[in-house]
Amino acid sequence: MGSCDSKGCVACEAAVVEIVEKCGRCETNLIPILHELQASMGYISNEAMETVAAELGVPVGRVHGTATFYSLFYLKPHGKNIIRLCDSPPCHIEGSKAIRDAVAKAIGVGPGEITADGNFTFETVSCMGLCGVAPAIMINEDVYGNLTPEAIPSILAKYAACSCCKEGK
Amino acid sequence: MALFRAHILVDTGTSATLKGAAAVRGALVAEINKRGLSNEVKVVETGDLGLAGAGAALVIYPEGVTYANVTVADVPEIVEEHLLKGRQVARLIYTGESAPVVEAATAPRSAEMRVILKNIGVIDPTSIDEYIAMGGYEALAKALTTMKPDQVIAEMKASGLKGRGGAGFPTGLKWDFASKADGEDKYIVCNADEGEPGNFKDRLIMEGDPHQIIEGMVIAGYAVGAHKGYIYIRGEYQQSVAHTERAIAVAREMGLLGTDIMGTGFNFDITVFKGAGAYVCGEETALLESIEGRRGESQMKPPFPPTHGLLGQPTVINNVETLANVPHIIAKGAEWFTGIGTAQSRGTKIFSPCGDVQYPGVYEVPFGATLRDIIYTMAGGIKNGKKLKGVLMGGPSGVFVGEDALDRRLCGEDLNPGAGALIVVDEDKCIVDLMQNVAQFFYHESCGQCVPCREGTKRMLEFFNWWTAGAGSESDLKLLDSLVSTMQTASRCGLGQFAGVAFKSSLALFADEYKAHLKDKTCPAGVCSMDKIAQEVA
Repeated sequence: MGSCDSKGCVACEAAVVEIVEKCGRCETNLIPILHELQASMGYISNEAMETVAAELGVPVGRVHGTATFYSLFYLKPHGKNIIRLCDSPPCHIEGSKAIRDAVAKAIGVGPGEITADGNFTFETVSCMGLCGVAPAIMINEDVYGNLTPEAIPSILAKYAACSCCKEGK
Repeated sequence: MALFRAHILVDTGTSATLKGAAAVRGALVAEINKRGLSNEVKVVETGDLGLAGAGAALVIYPEGVTYANVTVADVPEIVEEHLLKGRQVARLIYTGESAPVVEAATAPRSAEMRVILKNIGVIDPTSIDEYIAMGGYEALAKALTTMKPDQVIAEMKASGLKGRGGAGFPTGLKWDFASKADGEDKYIVCNADEGEPGNFKDRLIMEGDPHQIIEGMVIAGYAVGAHKGYIYIRGEYQQSVAHTERAIAVAREMGLLGTDIMGTGFNFDITVFKGAGAYVCGEETALLESIEGRRGESQMKPPFPPTHGLLGQPTVINNVETLANVPHIIAKGAEWFTGIGTAQSRGTKIFSPCGDVQYPGVYEVPFGATLRDIIYTMAGGIKNGKKLKGVLMGGPSGVFVGEDALDRRLCGEDLNPGAGALIVVDEDKCIVDLMQNVAQFFYHESCGQCVPCREGTKRMLEFFNWWTAGAGSESDLKLLDSLVSTMQTASRCGLGQFAGVAFKSSLALFADEYKAHLKDKTCPAGVCSMDKIAQEVA
């Protein structure tokens, strides 16, 4: 299920309420609630945060403050596939810059951006605990390590958009 | 219980997975089914087998034959020859010599002493039966049925176990504080927010032998009088979350968690809390904030968590490796434990050498081993025949040491190992460039609530952006040095306090390299752009 992006959507609101119920209607469950929201809707919209705040009886700023603090929460729609490139020291000394450039060249956008067809979000992240196979990237939940720039195009090809998406539909 | 005549253990460590272990496992299962052997042969996924550079690897029992660099194409031959005809496939047998490629793995080396890692690569981490067969949950039974809570604490104190997350606080003392503190509820929290770059040991424990942590936590709960525990696992560790959650569910089913554990009337349950991407949550008070559903902002100490922790209640927060030590200490006794390591640092420590070493991986040694033992004897030395330049001890928040530190001993008396990361840097790397990356890391991870850290990490990054662009001057060094001292003194938590430690220690070791960048405007390693275009800090 995805978010429909329309303000006041009854179905979306009901889905959010259901998630709050499932996790437990308590302020201390805010992070599990946000994880669940994102898993089911792709990202955490302002509308969803407003509903969560109302359900938990806390100010919207309280929900927003928590959601914006953590880097794994997305407050805007992201690409269909998320490429996370580690840029912490162990990967850095093993050549993560060259991997970053190879990814950017292959998909045409740099870190922090989404490709025009919406297929990829590209971001640099802090250590993912893959230092033993540095330099490393994760695409969605798949790990790729011991990378060379040459290996990037064939890895990314596995996640290529289907032809209908390429036409921007 | 079904009896199998053969077991195949497939290595599912990170390194083997990258070499197609999952596909090999799938092909094995399919081939075994095809040959009608599914009632006779069991395929088991295990943790890292510890064969550096051996690709997808598996061990077949009862013979104990290890096959390395296995591909899907080799599977029919293994099943046909080994399992059907009983003939070993000689060309695939692991000879003990690592392939000349860099792999993340744990080659069990002679100087290693595996206590915490002894089951990893040996048992199926998803099987509680195999953990129990290796002596698992014996310590819990011993504690619950033959010891009083204060005896458990006394044993922990006598063992001298200190926290393995970097700070090294005596575990028994922490438990004692929480035990004596007043509170309606008490909590045990396992800090599995392993975010310090270069550390990946806790991941291996959770993915390879999760029951050790559960057993350690229940014993801790019994000792301090807690009935509820949380394991805070960083959101990036999906596999760790899955294995740990599964282990908890199975332990609960078997009456080793939940109500009336082992029929003793003691209740204790554990919930996995999935983090959401914030390095600072590894700091204990920030971690507690996060569990309570807030921003991961560290809190003033004192009061400390053992008296005022989660929801204001007495809380013990221990690192994964610390808790994994507990069952061993209770089962074998404090005296056994004090026989390992050094006077100030008892027991073993898990190290994770990475960077420019031949075999990055996870190695467990008694405290007191030297840096040389780990980097050269275990991790195979510097790769590509290069020379060692330095080692960042413990991660970006640690100190930089040079070649002259190789024979220093890793223990409280000599060189503090921190959480165990050893980021090894060879002679071709530029220290100023590496420190720019360290500065970038802290700038990104500062939570922003206290000024010395928020502004300090930003200014520190600005300096390094100038310096790597050839736009600095020698007087900058004094300014940054003074800024770092301020951050050390005035930051609220360890993040800001330690953010400049690597800079200071690297300056002491590589003053010439800083001078080349700042005075001569050259990068001796040829890594920095030196193009006078300093990147702005957003």
